Amino acid sequence: MYVLMKKKSITILCFGVVIAVILNIVAFVGFNIAGFQYGGMLDPEKGIRKGIDLAGGSVITLQAETENPTDDQMNVVESIFQTRLTNAGYTESRISKSEGGKITVEIPSVFDTDSVAQLLGAMAQLKFVDADGVQILDGATDIKDASYQYSATQQGGNATHHVQVEFAPEAKAKFAEATRKAAAQSASGKNYISIMMDDTVVSSPRVSEEINSDSCVITGDFTAETAQNLANQIKSGQLPFNLSTISQETVGAELGADALPTSLMAAAIGILLIMIFMVVMYRIPGLIADLSLLIYVGLIGLAMGLMHTNLSLSGIAGIVLSIGMAVDADCIIFERMKEELRTGKTIKASVEAGFNKAFSAILDSNVTTIITCVVLYISGIGTVTGFATTLGVGVVLSMFTAIVITKFFLKQLVNIGIKNRNLFCKQVNKEGGAQ
Amino acid sequence: MKIVENRWKFVIIPALILVLGIVMYIVNGGFNFDVEFLGGTRMQVELKSEFDNDEVAKLIFDETGASAKVQKSGSSATQAVIKVQATENEDETKIAVMNTLKEKFGITDEELISSSTASASFGMEVQRKALLYTLLAIICILIYIAIRFEWRSAVMAVIALAINVLIMAAVYAITNIPLNTTFIAAMLTVIGYSINNTIVIFDRIRENMKGRRKSNTVTEIVNNAVKETMGRTINSTITTLITIVLIYIMGVSAIKEFALPLIVGIVAGAYTSIFIASSFWAVWKESEIKARAEAAAERRSAKKSK
Repeated sequence: MYVLMKKKSITILCFGVVIAVILNIVAFVGFNIAGFQYGGMLDPEKGIRKGIDLAGGSVITLQAETENPTDDQMNVVESIFQTRLTNAGYTESRISKSEGGKITVEIPSVFDTDSVAQLLGAMAQLKFVDADGVQILDGATDIKDASYQYSATQQGGNATHHVQVEFAPEAKAKFAEATRKAAAQSASGKNYISIMMDDTVVSSPRVSEEINSDSCVITGDFTAETAQNLANQIKSGQLPFNLSTISQETVGAELGADALPTSLMAAAIGILLIMIFMVVMYRIPGLIADLSLLIYVGLIGLAMGLMHTNLSLSGIAGIVLSIGMAVDADCIIFERMKEELRTGKTIKASVEAGFNKAFSAILDSNVTTIITCVVLYISGIGTVTGFATTLGVGVVLSMFTAIVITKFFLKQLVNIGIKNRNLFCKQVNKEGGAQ
Repeated sequence: MKIVENRWKFVIIPALILVLGIVMYIVNGGFNFDVEFLGGTRMQVELKSEFDNDEVAKLIFDETGASAKVQKSGSSATQAVIKVQATENEDETKIAVMNTLKEKFGITDEELISSSTASASFGMEVQRKALLYTLLAIICILIYIAIRFEWRSAVMAVIALAINVLIMAAVYAITNIPLNTTFIAAMLTVIGYSINNTIVIFDRIRENMKGRRKSNTVTEIVNNAVKETMGRTINSTITTLITIVLIYIMGVSAIKEFALPLIVGIVAGAYTSIFIASSFWAVWKESEIKARAEAAAERRSAKKSK
C-alpha cells in the first residue's frame, strides 16, 4: 500500500513537470493540433498587443473644446476618429476615451504625429455660403461622398490636387438655385460661392452660370496629402465640436525594438537565477517552488496572450516584479516549515503546520498589493494602468500557485516518504534546536 | 537581537539619505520634472556629432526664443534630450526647434528619435491625479491593516511607507532622473511591495502576542518576531531584486529609469520593515499596556479604600 502511494506520488510529480513544460510551450509558442490553433503570447496578431513604447509610433491625447461633452457625443467622436484613421490607412490604431472629454489615440509605426493630430482634431464642418454669408449647403446633411483626385479641373488646365464632393439628392436642386442666383449678381461682383471648412475659406470660385450637377469640385492650395485629409474629413463626417491636442508623443522604431527582447531576456535570466537561489536556500522544497514558478510563468503568459493585453514597458516591469514576488509566498511557507522541523516535528507535520501558519501572512500581504493595483488601475493614468493590470493578474495567479500548486506538490513529496531531514533544512544538532 | 532597543540608531541611515536628498533638491533646483508633469516638449534627437549642452540650449534660445534644457543621452554621446518649457503652441515650438537643429547639425527629420508634448494644464492634471490616487491607495491599505491587525500597526506601517516614498523621492532628487508617470508606478509598487514585509512581521507579532506569557515583554516578542521572519524577508527581497537588477542592467534607458527607483524602494522597504515599523510599534504598545496596568491598579486600590 505504502509503496503504491509512493509510486503514485512520483508519477504525479513527473506529470507536474511535463504539464509545466507544455504549459510554457503553449503560452509562449502556441500550438496547432488537429485544426485547433493558438498562436501563443508572442503571436503578432492574436497574442499580446505591443504598446507604442514597444512598437514605436504616435500617441495623441485630444481634449474636447466644449464643456461637459455627453457620452453620446464622445461615442460619435470615437467612431468618426475610427473612420478617419481607417481611411488614412492607420488600421492598427487604438482609441480610448477617458473622463472630461479626453480621447487618446495610439497609432503604431506612424511617426508623423503632427499631421495625424491635425487630421483628427478638426471638426470638419463643411459649409457652402454665398457672397452675403448665407449658408447654401452644409457638409453634414447635403454631402453624400467626397474623394481626393489629381487631374485637370478645366479643359487644357494643369493637373491639380482637389477634392470632388457628391451631393445628396435634395442638395442638387439647392446648389442649382444658389448658382443661378450668384451668376445673376455678376454686376455687383458678388458672383461667387465660398466653400468653408471650420470657418476658414478653402476656395471661393466665381460662378458664371447655373450649375445643375450632382457633384462639384473643391480646388484650393492643396498638396496631395492635405487634399486627401480634407476628403477624408468630409467623408467621415462632422465632429460635434473641435478637439485640441493636449499631449502627443512619438517613439522612434529603434527605441521600441530593443525594449521587448532585452526585457524578455532579463526576465528569463532572472527566473533561472531565482530557481537556483531557491534550491540553494530551501533544498528539495526549493525544487517544488521552482516547479510552481514554472507553472506560474506559463499561466501568466497564457493570461496575457488570451486577454490580448496591451503590453507597455511598465507592463513588462509589472510582470517581472510579479515573478520576484511569486516566490515570496514560497519563502514564507518554507521558512515556517524549517522552524517546525527544528522543533523536532515530522516532515509531514512540519509541511502541514508550515502552510497553516503561513496562510494569514500570505493573504494579508497579497491583499494589500491587490488594493494598490486596483487603485492604480482606476487612476486611468496611461502608463500606470498597464502596470497595474499585469501586476494585479500576477499577484492573483501567484497566490494560486503558492497556496494550491506548491502545497499539492509538497504533499506528493511527503508521500514519497523522504526520511533525510537534511534534504529539507540544515540540521544543526541532534536535538534539532535552532542555532 | 536588540532591534527595539536600538531603534533610534536605525533611523540614522534613512535620515542621512533624506538630508542628502533635500540638499541635492536645493542644489539641482527641484525635481527634474518630465513634460508629462509640467507641460512642454521633450525631444530626443540624434545630432550625429559631439555637442556642448549649453551651446545647443543657447542656440535654441537664440533661434526660437524657447528656453530649453539639453542633456546627453545614449552611449555615443551624440544623442540629445531636449526639454522645452510649455509655450503657447507646442507643435510650433517643436518644429521650430527641429528646424534649428536641422540647419546647425545637418540632420533630417529621421533623427528625431522620440518626442512628446503636453500642455501645461494636462501636466497639472496628471500631477494632481497621481497624488490623489497615491493617497487613496495608502488610505485603503491603512483601513485594511487597521481591520486585520490594530490601528497602531496601521499607523506604523504607513509611517514606514512614508519613509520609503520619501527615500525614493530623495533618490530622484539626488540622481536627477526625470520625474514622470513611471515614478508614480514605481512609488506605488514599492508601497504595495514593502507593505508585504511589514505585514509578514506584524503577522508574526500578532501570532506571538496570542501565546504571550506575563513574563514576556512586548520588546522581547517583537525582537523574536523580527528574528524569526528575517530569513524570509531577506530571501524574498533578494528574489525580487534579482529580476529588477537584471532589468536595470539589460533594459533600455526608459526601463532603467523605472528600475533604479524600484531597487532603492525595495531595499528601503525591507529596511524600514525590519528595523523601524515594528520596533516603534513595540514601544508604543508597551507604554499602552503599562498605562492600562496602572489604571487597573488604581481602580483596585480605589476599591480597597472604599
